[in-house]
Amino acid sequence: MSDSSGQRTRHWERTRNLTVIVLVVWFVFSLLVHWFANSLNGVSFIGFPLGYYLAVQGSLIIFVLLIFYQNWQQDKIDSDAGLSGDETEG
Amino acid sequence: MFKGNFIENLPKIYGFYTGGFVVFIILMAILEQIGVGADTIGILFVIFTVAIYAGIGWLSRTMQVSAYYVAGREVPPVFNGMATAADWMSGASFVALAGGIYFGGHGYLAFVVGWTGGYVLVNSLLAPYLRKFGCYTVPDFIGTRYGGNWARLVAVIILVVTSFTYVTAQINATGTIAARALHIPFEVGVWFGLLGILLCSMLGGMRAVTWTQVAQYIVLIVAYLTPVIWMSNKQGFGIIPHFTYGEAVARISELEPLLAVGAAAIEKAPSAGIKILTSLHNGPEDSVLYNWKFVTLALCMMAGTASLPHILMRYFTTPTVRSARRSVSWSLFFIFLLYFTAPALATLTKLQLFDPNLATAVIGKSIEHVQNLEWIKQWTSVGMLAVTDGNKDGILQINEFFMRPDIVVLATPEIAGLPYVISGLVAAGGMAAAMSTADGLLLAIANALSHDLYYKIIDPKADTARRLIVARVLLIVIGALGAIVASFQLTGILGAVAWAFCFACSGLFFPLVLGVWWKRATTAGALAGMILGFGAGSIYLWWTYTTGEMWFGLDHLRFGIIGMPVSLVAMVVVSLMTPAPDEEVQQMVDNTRDPSGATILEASH
Repeated sequence: MSDSSGQRTRHWERTRNLTVIVLVVWFVFSLLVHWFANSLNGVSFIGFPLGYYLAVQGSLIIFVLLIFYQNWQQDKIDSDAGLSGDETEG
Repeated sequence: MFKGNFIENLPKIYGFYTGGFVVFIILMAILEQIGVGADTIGILFVIFTVAIYAGIGWLSRTMQVSAYYVAGREVPPVFNGMATAADWMSGASFVALAGGIYFGGHGYLAFVVGWTGGYVLVNSLLAPYLRKFGCYTVPDFIGTRYGGNWARLVAVIILVVTSFTYVTAQINATGTIAARALHIPFEVGVWFGLLGILLCSMLGGMRAVTWTQVAQYIVLIVAYLTPVIWMSNKQGFGIIPHFTYGEAVARISELEPLLAVGAAAIEKAPSAGIKILTSLHNGPEDSVLYNWKFVTLALCMMAGTASLPHILMRYFTTPTVRSARRSVSWSLFFIFLLYFTAPALATLTKLQLFDPNLATAVIGKSIEHVQNLEWIKQWTSVGMLAVTDGNKDGILQINEFFMRPDIVVLATPEIAGLPYVISGLVAAGGMAAAMSTADGLLLAIANALSHDLYYKIIDPKADTARRLIVARVLLIVIGALGAIVASFQLTGILGAVAWAFCFACSGLFFPLVLGVWWKRATTAGALAGMILGFGAGSIYLWWTYTTGEMWFGLDHLRFGIIGMPVSLVAMVVVSLMTPAPDEEVQQMVDNTRDPSGATILEASH
C-alpha cells in the first residue's frame, strides 16, 4: 500500500513537471511572441513576415505538435507508474 | 448486436457517408450544367444535409441515462475529435472568422491564436482529470468536488448564462443561412434552424449529438477547404495555398498605400452592419496598447476555451482517460485544419478584389462596371453590400466599397467566379457549423438543468424515465427561448461569442482548474471564486458597454481579464481562511489524478 502511494506521488510529480514544461511552451507561443509581432515582421520566413506567420500558422502548428508530444510523454509516465488504465480499455 | 458492430464499423460508415456526400456534390454540379437554377441547388444542399443529420438523430434515439448524457462512454478518440471540432467551430468560426481577418487584419488574429491555444490548457489542466472523475456535466464536477448544493447551483447558473449567450448567436446564424438558401424570411429561418437542431439532439441526447456532429464536421471541412483550394489554383498559388500565400500578403501590403486603405468613408454606410475596409492586412502597430490588446484577447479566448461546458463535456464520452487525452489532440488537429485555412481565404479574397492584374478586381474599376457584376447585384439586393460613388469620379475607391464582414466566406465562390454548386456547398457547411454548435450548447444547458438542478437538487428520487423526459422538455423550452431571443438580433454573432468565452473564464476557469490542481481549495473558496469572478466580469461588461469607457483598453470583448484575477484572488484568499477540505475530499483529488482504475462517480448516477 505504501509502495503504491509512493508510486502515485512520483507519478504526480512527473505529471506536474511535464505540465509545467508544456505550459511554458504554450505561454511563449500563445502570448510572448505575439507581443513582439512588429519586430518579428522584419524577419522573413518562407515568404511571410515572421510575426504574421506565427499568428496565422506558426503558433497553431506548435500547439498541435505540443499536445501530441505531451500525450506521448504522459502515456510513458502513466505506463512507468503502472497507472495507464489500459485494463479498463475496451 | 448492432451497438458493438456500430463502433467497430465507424470508419466504414463515415467513409461511405463521405463518399455519398461527394457523389451528391457531383450530382449537383451536373444539375447546374444542365441548367437547373442556382436557387434550387442551394435549397437541395441545405435540405439534403439537414435531413441526413435528422436521420442520424432518429437512429441514435435512446432511453438510457448514460447514453443520453455521455453517449455511453464509447466514442473512439478520432471520432470524438471530429465531433468536438464540429461542436467547437460555430457559425462564427465558419462564417465570420475569415471576414473578421479580412476587415480586422493582424489584430483579429488574436482570435485564431486564442481559439487554438486554448486546447493546450484543456489537455494539460482539465480534460483527462474530468474524464477520470466520471461526471455527466461540468456542474456535476463542481458539485461533487466542493460538495453541497450551493456550489452546484452557482455552477449551473454560470453555465446557463454562458451557453445561452452563445446559443442565441448560433441560432441566429442558422436563421441567416436558412433564410438566404431557402428564400424565407429570417424569423422563419430561425425556427427552421431550431427544428433541425432539435431533431438531432432530442431523441438521443449526447449519443445522437455525437454522431451528427461527426457527420457535420465532414460537411463543414469539405465546404471550407474546397473553395480555397480551387481559388488558389486559379490564382497560381499551388494546390495547397497555405504555405505559399506569403507572396499574396506581400502583394496586398504593396497595394494598400496605392489604394489608400485607411481613408475614412466619405458617405455614411447605406445600411446597417456594412462597412468599408480601414485596417491594414498585416499591420501590427508598434505600441504597448496594441500588443496588450492582442494578448489579452488571446488569453480570454484560451481560458474561455478551457472553461466552456459544452466543450469539456465532449471529453466525458470517451472510454478511458487516455482516450480522453487523445481525443483532445485530434480535436485540435481537426480545428487547426479550418483555422489555418481562414487567413489564407481572407488573403486570397482580398487579393481578388484589389489586384488590378486579376480579372476579378473591383477596386479601381468604373462604378458602372462593378454595379453590373452579378454577385454585387445579388448581395446588394439583400442589403449586405453597397457600392457608392462618394467623390463622384465614376471610379470605385476602397472607401466607397461597403460590405458585411460575415459575407466574405459566403460570397467568395461568387467573387472568384466559381460555379454555383460551390456556393451551395458553402451554405451547407455554414449550416452544419452553426447547427452542430447549437446542438452541443442546448444539450449542455438542458443536461445541467435536468441532471444537476432537477435530479441532484430538486428530486433525487426521480426514476430514469422521468429524468430523461424532463431533460427533453427542457431542451425544447430552452431551444424555443433561444430562437425567440435570436429573432430580436440583439448583438452581432461575434460579440455574443466573445462574451460567452469571457463569462466562462471569469466564473469557471479557476474553480475548475484549482479543483484538480490545488487540494487546499475549499467549498467556500470555490463559491467566492465563482460568484465574485463572474460578478466582477459581468459588472465590468455592463459598465464598459453602457458608458463606452474602459480601463487599460479592455473593451467588452475582453472583460474576462477583469473577472479572472478577481476569481483567483477570491478563491485563494477564502480557501486559506476556511478549514482545509477533509480527508475524503483530499483522497478524491488524489484519485482524480490517477489515470487508472474506476471513475470517482459511479457509472450511472
